[in-house]
Amino acid sequence: MSPKTLYDKIWDAHVAHEADDGTCLLYIDRHLVHEVTSPQAFEGLRIAGRKVRAPEKTIAVPDHNVPTTAGREDPKNMTEDSAIQVAALDKNAKDFGIHYYPVSDVRQGIVHIVGPEQGWTLPGMTVVCGDSHTATHGAFGALAHGIGTSEVEHVLATQTLIQKKSKNMKVEITGKLRPGVTAKDITLSVIGETGTAGGTGYVIEYCGEAIRDLSMEGRMTVCNMAIEGGARAGLIAPDEKTFEYVKGRPHAPKGAQFEAALAWWKTLFSDDDAYWDKVITIKGEDIAPVVTWGTSPEDVLPITANVPSADDFEGGKVGAAQRSLDYMGLTPGTPLSDIEIDTVFIGSCTNGRIEDLRAAAEILKGKKIKVKRAMVVPGSGLVRAQAEEEGLADIFKEAGFEWRLAGCSMCLAMNPDQLAEDERCASTSNRNFEGRQGYKGRTHLVSPGMAAAAAITGKLTDVRELM
Amino acid sequence: MDKFETLTGIAAPMPLVNIDTDMIIPKQFLKTIKRSGLGANLFDEMRFDRQGNEIPDFVLNQDAYRSAEILVAGDNFGCGSSREHAPWAIKDFGIRCVISTSFADIFYNNCFKNGILPIALPQEAVDVLMKDAEKGANARMTIDLENQTVTTSDGESFSFEVDAFKKHCLLEGLDDIGLTMEKAASIDTFEAQASQARPWV
Repeated sequence: MSPKTLYDKIWDAHVAHEADDGTCLLYIDRHLVHEVTSPQAFEGLRIAGRKVRAPEKTIAVPDHNVPTTAGREDPKNMTEDSAIQVAALDKNAKDFGIHYYPVSDVRQGIVHIVGPEQGWTLPGMTVVCGDSHTATHGAFGALAHGIGTSEVEHVLATQTLIQKKSKNMKVEITGKLRPGVTAKDITLSVIGETGTAGGTGYVIEYCGEAIRDLSMEGRMTVCNMAIEGGARAGLIAPDEKTFEYVKGRPHAPKGAQFEAALAWWKTLFSDDDAYWDKVITIKGEDIAPVVTWGTSPEDVLPITANVPSADDFEGGKVGAAQRSLDYMGLTPGTPLSDIEIDTVFIGSCTNGRIEDLRAAAEILKGKKIKVKRAMVVPGSGLVRAQAEEEGLADIFKEAGFEWRLAGCSMCLAMNPDQLAEDERCASTSNRNFEGRQGYKGRTHLVSPGMAAAAAITGKLTDVRELM
Repeated sequence: MDKFETLTGIAAPMPLVNIDTDMIIPKQFLKTIKRSGLGANLFDEMRFDRQGNEIPDFVLNQDAYRSAEILVAGDNFGCGSSREHAPWAIKDFGIRCVISTSFADIFYNNCFKNGILPIALPQEAVDVLMKDAEKGANARMTIDLENQTVTTSDGESFSFEVDAFKKHCLLEGLDDIGLTMEKAASIDTFEAQASQARPWV
């Protein structure tokens, strides 16, 4: 048998039909659904008189536009258009008989945090969702990626996706990370290296000692941003940490079935002599705590660096860099650690899990914020409950943070959690695009520890100085 | 789905790289439960000020380009979110073809589901097409999907690659779901085998 990558193995196990030209129907094991990208898909099913083919494999949760403040179970406390989308999801979940976690359920949260938490996401699966950060689930060795609404409808109706296979890219992070360097710094540094289009046409497998050393939550952070590098998906081979994380979760297999699953999961790794179309190697020790300065996730630099000048770039990037600098209101040559911050946002599918909150609380303990406002939005109701139990919520509140309910919140600012014009935010989210967190809002992407450090000092800060 | 065969129209130049889906259609317009009507807000934050007035510098606000049907854009067009609202907005505005050196994967696929042809060409070709687009309303570009060519107003022609299946669907205006339903027997067989092999799924 010819050697295979992990991606090859998962792909081969899910091809339901292959046409002569290589176009495949890929069978989908888990379909995650949220309120913003699904209404038109369900409407399409209704118009055509179609059913959801596998409702038992379809899981819905409202997350993108729900408020993160108390009283949100009452639609009157939502904007009218958000309430309509959430009501549509309520109805579609009920009418089509799919699993559903409404806002009143403690298990509600960001779809990419709920899936792994509830054991819906398992190694070797195919997972899709009408959301680009579906890449998150790749941390389990599941082939997971975002799809558009037409594809959502296609998966609902047929439980398959029309796909052609991507190429294989290996991103190896060798050796150990230095203190203060996190999964977020790894994933941003990789994008800094490849650019936001560097992964286009590829599925990335992250490997190497620094990746193996990460917890499952850290691995989710790394895979989450594979899409920011343009890749269709990010993958990490499952190992003992993965199996341990999955075991006992509500929808994970139990008993003999778990053992059977485990036997297969243990075959899910890239063979030694597998062929890679592209290989990138980064030394773990070369990665520093990083921050973005511009309006693309590739605009990333170590916190110890200075704001670049447009002249530092080439080709089309010269104009884009100048536009970014103007938008961000930054002067070339300014030390990044001199940039004053108005607001801190901790949360999102990138960094809204319990370990992220622990890392931020560790820095914040006993301190007060110097920024105008700071917000923690746990990734799920269960993360929130656990943080309260561990006393993290008190640390955040005493420091001056707002302690919110679960949702996507200011990561994409579809709900009322938005930046004002020119408001500058240190954010643990995944995109620093123009207008992403609010009209003319300015976003600097950072790790949770770096976000906490910025909250205390009022400017972008090297977290290592506070450790 | 609308067919795409040939198109001769005005091309608008947008040389900016990394035009993301938040630029194409900002999130406040995603709160619709319809697919239509988004063209009014295409490139909203680049196109209008906060009072809703047109920003004169923006290409689609210039008289020459108001009825553009083709966009020639910088590298990595459509990066960011999976929102199909981006191609919906582009289509609703009247644009049927986007040309760039590369496209983000999800956006690229979404285009084909909506009768929009995304064309990826080498930098040198895009540079020529960008210059042609900059000539304004009198210069019309021609796209021929069957023959896989883009021709400038001067008659200079470039061949492009497109997946045969996607091309077929676009030329015929075919509905993916209907096509897949024809293969239901294969899906049934696969599902039965997979549930034996991996009963925990």
